[in-house]
Amino acid sequence: MPEHTFVVNGEKITVDVADDVRLLWVLRDVLGIKGPKYGCGINVCKACTSHINGKAFNPCAVPVSQVSESDEITTIEGLADTVPGDLHPMQEAWLEKDVAQCGYCQPGQIMAAVALVNKVHAEGREITDTDLDTIRNVCRCGTYARIRKAVKAGAARM
Amino acid sequence: MTSEPLHSVQPSARRGTTRRGFIGYLIAGTTLAVAVDLNLDAPAHAAVPSPPQIPEAYDLNDLLTDAARPTAQLVTVEIREDGHAYFEIPRAEVGQGITTSTAMILAEELDLPVRHVHVSLAPARPELIWNQLTGGSNTTVSTMTPVRVAAAIAKGALLQAAAIELGSVVTLLRSKNGVIEAPDGSSRTYGELSVKAASSTTVEVEADVKLKASSEFKVIGTPTKRVDAMDIVTGRKKFAMDYDVPGALPTMICRAPTLNGTPKAIRNKAEVEAMPGVTDVAMIDTGIAVRARTFGQCIDGIRALEVDWNAGSVDGEDDASVLANLRKAEIPLAVPKIPLLAKTIDMDFEFMFRSSAALEPNCAVADVRSDRAEIWAGLKIPIVTQGRIAEAVGLPQTKVKVNVVESGGSFGHKLFGDGAIEAAKASKAFGKPVRLMWHRADEPRQGRLRPMATSRIRATHLAGQVLTFEQRHTSVSTDWRHGFGEMLTATAVSLPPGLGNLGVSETIFTLSTELPYDFGVVTQLLNETDQRFNTSAMRNPYSADVRTANELVVDAIAKAMGKDPLDLRLEFLKDDRTRKVLKKVAELGNWGRSMPAGTAQGIAIHKEYKGATACLVEIDCRPETVNRKIRDAVTGPRVTKATLVVDAGLVVNPTGLKAQMMGGFSDGLAMTLTSSCHLEDGHFLEASWDNYFYTREWNIPPEFEVVVMPSDSEQPGGAGEAGVAVSCAAIACAYARATGKMPKRFPINHDDPIGFDVKEFVPPVPASPTNGLDYVY
Repeated sequence: MPEHTFVVNGEKITVDVADDVRLLWVLRDVLGIKGPKYGCGINVCKACTSHINGKAFNPCAVPVSQVSESDEITTIEGLADTVPGDLHPMQEAWLEKDVAQCGYCQPGQIMAAVALVNKVHAEGREITDTDLDTIRNVCRCGTYARIRKAVKAGAARM
Repeated sequence: MTSEPLHSVQPSARRGTTRRGFIGYLIAGTTLAVAVDLNLDAPAHAAVPSPPQIPEAYDLNDLLTDAARPTAQLVTVEIREDGHAYFEIPRAEVGQGITTSTAMILAEELDLPVRHVHVSLAPARPELIWNQLTGGSNTTVSTMTPVRVAAAIAKGALLQAAAIELGSVVTLLRSKNGVIEAPDGSSRTYGELSVKAASSTTVEVEADVKLKASSEFKVIGTPTKRVDAMDIVTGRKKFAMDYDVPGALPTMICRAPTLNGTPKAIRNKAEVEAMPGVTDVAMIDTGIAVRARTFGQCIDGIRALEVDWNAGSVDGEDDASVLANLRKAEIPLAVPKIPLLAKTIDMDFEFMFRSSAALEPNCAVADVRSDRAEIWAGLKIPIVTQGRIAEAVGLPQTKVKVNVVESGGSFGHKLFGDGAIEAAKASKAFGKPVRLMWHRADEPRQGRLRPMATSRIRATHLAGQVLTFEQRHTSVSTDWRHGFGEMLTATAVSLPPGLGNLGVSETIFTLSTELPYDFGVVTQLLNETDQRFNTSAMRNPYSADVRTANELVVDAIAKAMGKDPLDLRLEFLKDDRTRKVLKKVAELGNWGRSMPAGTAQGIAIHKEYKGATACLVEIDCRPETVNRKIRDAVTGPRVTKATLVVDAGLVVNPTGLKAQMMGGFSDGLAMTLTSSCHLEDGHFLEASWDNYFYTREWNIPPEFEVVVMPSDSEQPGGAGEAGVAVSCAAIACAYARATGKMPKRFPINHDDPIGFDVKEFVPPVPASPTNGLDYVY
């Protein structure tokens, strides 16, 4: 089987798995990194949202062969290590607003929120309701109203 | 510690203080463990008066509480050497927050910080019989007193041990934050006392327990964040598919192209078994199980399988034929004897199939051996699932261990153990452990649904009074075979008169359906038909649809009488509690403010789960909003503002209650405007979250507020389902007022052209995309 090397949460790893296996399953089933969740497998629900080189993506829709040695993958488990302190400001905002209910979608929500805020800030703007409307992540517990508050609170500290 | 009765302080005369004698047990061990009967709080219900409606005196929550009563089984609170309290609750945490609220209840009575109380989920305990059922928003209603008593007895034992240790007397000791202090300043921690207070034998104690009065509460009623929040935001919280059971490889099922179709033969088993990563392929009753190194390779295996299928349960049928079938089963509206001049309002509503699937699909880990089995799954009624698994794999129930793990949502979906039973069958077929998960496409297509229903209402009015209000609700059968049915039969003798000859569904309907208005002669009847679908009691069963129909008719009555919808409701509501939440929501939501054409407010109330709720929404149905474009999304009318007010009696955690109201609102929004399953040619078309349009961020009102009413009630109300029906009804009323048209069918977009490309049925699951890097942001 082919070998694939890339960086996950700051650590260089090599896995032996077929080229077309989607990265979500390499993370979860091969590497045991369980933060990214399965909710659809077709890049719709966004429960697996993670970062590649600091930007949001969905590993359920990326064959492992498309990830190169220099690519840095960050999952929810590695998010806090990308900033000083114990937690990322977005995680702190999530705690402050007590966003989660069952919690299944929330790793993906937080990763999506961080990337969205970075994108908006890079455009030199503050986050708006229109920006929040673009978040596609499904929360079947319906925590959307608190997600909106938390993203704004997290953005203010990023 | 001896077996002498525990006596702490003299009875207090303070108002509100509860002092009662309870039987508890000191459980043998090296540290303190106190057990109580989970059914110890069984106050006799008042005789049911000649009821206008049964739920006013005896509702579904009373039934659930009563059903638990005959089992004399114990739950145990332990204080360990770390000074922390430990409790296994025989209920399921599915996101509704019971691990947090139960930790708060224990912390209150024990004088411990909430973070030092650890609540975990008990595995299936068959001896509990009906008392391990999470549903009907009943957990806190049924467990609060036993949990408080156990904690109070434990604290009494700690105080007695401390009195001996510190050379003092119990009445002079003070407990705070896990430390007991004597007047001279000397102290012992609960950790130190846990060993001294332990009993070497298990003994019954008759405890004269003083539960804290609500005026003394420091934890109960204080907004508290979830105990698992840190694990959630760091990705550490474990769901069933995150458990690492040795050898339990990913497994998925290849399902039939039509609803409930079954497999006949596999044509290319060897070919699929030879695919990369695939370890096993086997036929089970629901399809072909494929086990592989990764779930991705299971999907590839399913897509490669060639299978001959038997017919499904509704081959060739569609929404229209199922609806026609329902129409035939409708019970006629009676022709009421009313004065000649009375006016009649006749209305007829239709509610389409809606999926109760959670974001975490049906899933379970199963390790079935020849002599025993072990299961890990999110289950609300694990004892019934344990029995079904035992039957399916040919083992005695005592040889099947069922671990209840935290669920990624339920909404009624996890009342049944569909995934767990299937996992057990696959594990048995392979002779190997499995980690079985449904594909998303399986959920709306083959998973459980809120049944299609019609609701017809005839109301008559004369001279400003409503004389009669008749409702006939007709539904595809709701599946109650997860244990509720058996429980009802067992509880039947204690049910109020008038329920005797009803079936299970009709009993649940009668116990949960209440029209809280003085509308003269009120009759509400259910008839169910058609058992060919996979249904469940999806969050707030019956009421979500029944109350939508009710409140639309209430608005129609107001219009016919020339009255304001708020004024009419205030005039006819039976009870002050509901009237108060309605007044509050009208004030906070600024009822009656001037709105542009194409937009409107809607207001509604609901009374269930020992509480009262009111909702006021504003909706925008103008073309520029309805037709706004978002990729692969349903937009449509947008609720721009929502205010909910809830009186849930004694509230343990206002933060959690507000969260549940918010979730209930999101569900109501979806069910009223956007989310349904379309049956066509024997199968449901939806196969993704971009087909089944549950509420998304672009549907959510930018302004959203929940207010919890203060209450001096000692009775906790239910939270999990309390926000659904009232939201459905308010949104429907707002839509009708904004568009000037009375909606007939829900969700209102159901008859729009299908807004997605229907995914193929063979193979039954879509390929995973490979273009994910094109969408990086």
